[in-house]
Amino acid sequence: MSKVRGYRRFHPGTQPEYDFPFYASTAKRHPTQPLVIVPQTLSEVTGPVFGYGDVRPNDNDLTRQHKGAPLGERIIVSGRVLDENGRPMPHTLVEIWQANAAGRYPHQNDQHNAPIDPNFSGAGRAVTDAEGRYRFISIRPGEYPWRNHYNAWRPAHIHFSLFGQAFLTRLVTQMYFPGDPLLTYDPMYMSIPDEKARVRLVSQFDWEHTVPEFALAYRFDIVLRGREATPTEDLSVGE
Amino acid sequence: MSLFASGSQTVGPYLHIGLTWLNTDRIAGRGVKGERVTLQGRVLDGDGVGVSDAVVEIWQANAAGKYAHPEDRQKKAVEKSFRGFGRIPTDAKGRFRFSTVKPGRVPGPDGKLQAPHLSVTVFMRGLLKQLSTRIYFPDERANMQDAILRCVPAARRATLIARPKARGLLEWDVVLQGRNETVFFDF
Repeated sequence: MSKVRGYRRFHPGTQPEYDFPFYASTAKRHPTQPLVIVPQTLSEVTGPVFGYGDVRPNDNDLTRQHKGAPLGERIIVSGRVLDENGRPMPHTLVEIWQANAAGRYPHQNDQHNAPIDPNFSGAGRAVTDAEGRYRFISIRPGEYPWRNHYNAWRPAHIHFSLFGQAFLTRLVTQMYFPGDPLLTYDPMYMSIPDEKARVRLVSQFDWEHTVPEFALAYRFDIVLRGREATPTEDLSVGE
Repeated sequence: MSLFASGSQTVGPYLHIGLTWLNTDRIAGRGVKGERVTLQGRVLDGDGVGVSDAVVEIWQANAAGKYAHPEDRQKKAVEKSFRGFGRIPTDAKGRFRFSTVKPGRVPGPDGKLQAPHLSVTVFMRGLLKQLSTRIYFPDERANMQDAILRCVPAARRATLIARPKARGLLEWDVVLQGRNETVFFDF
């Protein structure tokens, strides 16, 4: 038997198009030919397996990676990784990166005239627990200008990279902050056509995980592609 | 309960900050059996200019055609040190290079074995969601019968097959636009 249990196709409107003129850099970097639709095979429904051994205990605390504390407002970002069937995704790798409180990345390509914080690298990672939960401690990233259009500013955001259980569940996305006035001017955020899908990239203020005298919390749940509702006859593959 | 998958967003220009820690350009370590092969290429934009802020990710089976994943239930062994994952950023000229072992054939959708291939995902600034493609091997008779390659218009199949450059060295480019635009898949 070589039937694999497939993953669902994306719900219409929930994903950006490759060619999105408001984001100027897509012009020379989007495929002009239609994607070739192909069946999912063992190669797509498997993917790299990561575990707790791949991260260090403090990798999820971006405020404790240097001698001193980074400048800015400390925050807690936590949530769950689920699939489209609402099942938690345990033991999956979550990688994040972000600007510092002044809106600057410690990267050679970032020429924005804002200070670099020697106590903040802006990268973290975590492996979800058995219920799909993850938690990061960081500082609230600053907004920063970019050159996409006149007076363009990115809303505050944190980049997220996830694997899930298959190579085709791989997801890179961005988390935004509630009430950010820059969101509706942002080509990246606006590239997702469906409003409900767009809003899901905005984290929610999270009283429950806010720690008194320490940090405000934001909740950000992430949904990866889920299995087809009707399982095909045989999960096993090969002989 | 039925949700829909979260929307994709670009890795942006500062992808290295978050992703470099897991860079892996040597997919198969010393203890892994198989035919050694080095792959090199470039990621090229619509003007034919190398993309300096891209990252290429690879997923592959070992030489026996077995994935290091619990859903691969074939009765074959997979080396303990073999994860089968590569992450290779492009350099200032858009070049990437990695070494591995040539994967064996894995089961396909039609009950037949697939031709040896590497699964590839590409991320970059200016790309709002990842691109998925495959690298096949030259001089491989199994390519003719491969269920996925056969979905691709014949005139475009060559974009998925690496070119021999030297002994143990293959070349394969990601061409985003134009005459030799790489075939990208919707799985």
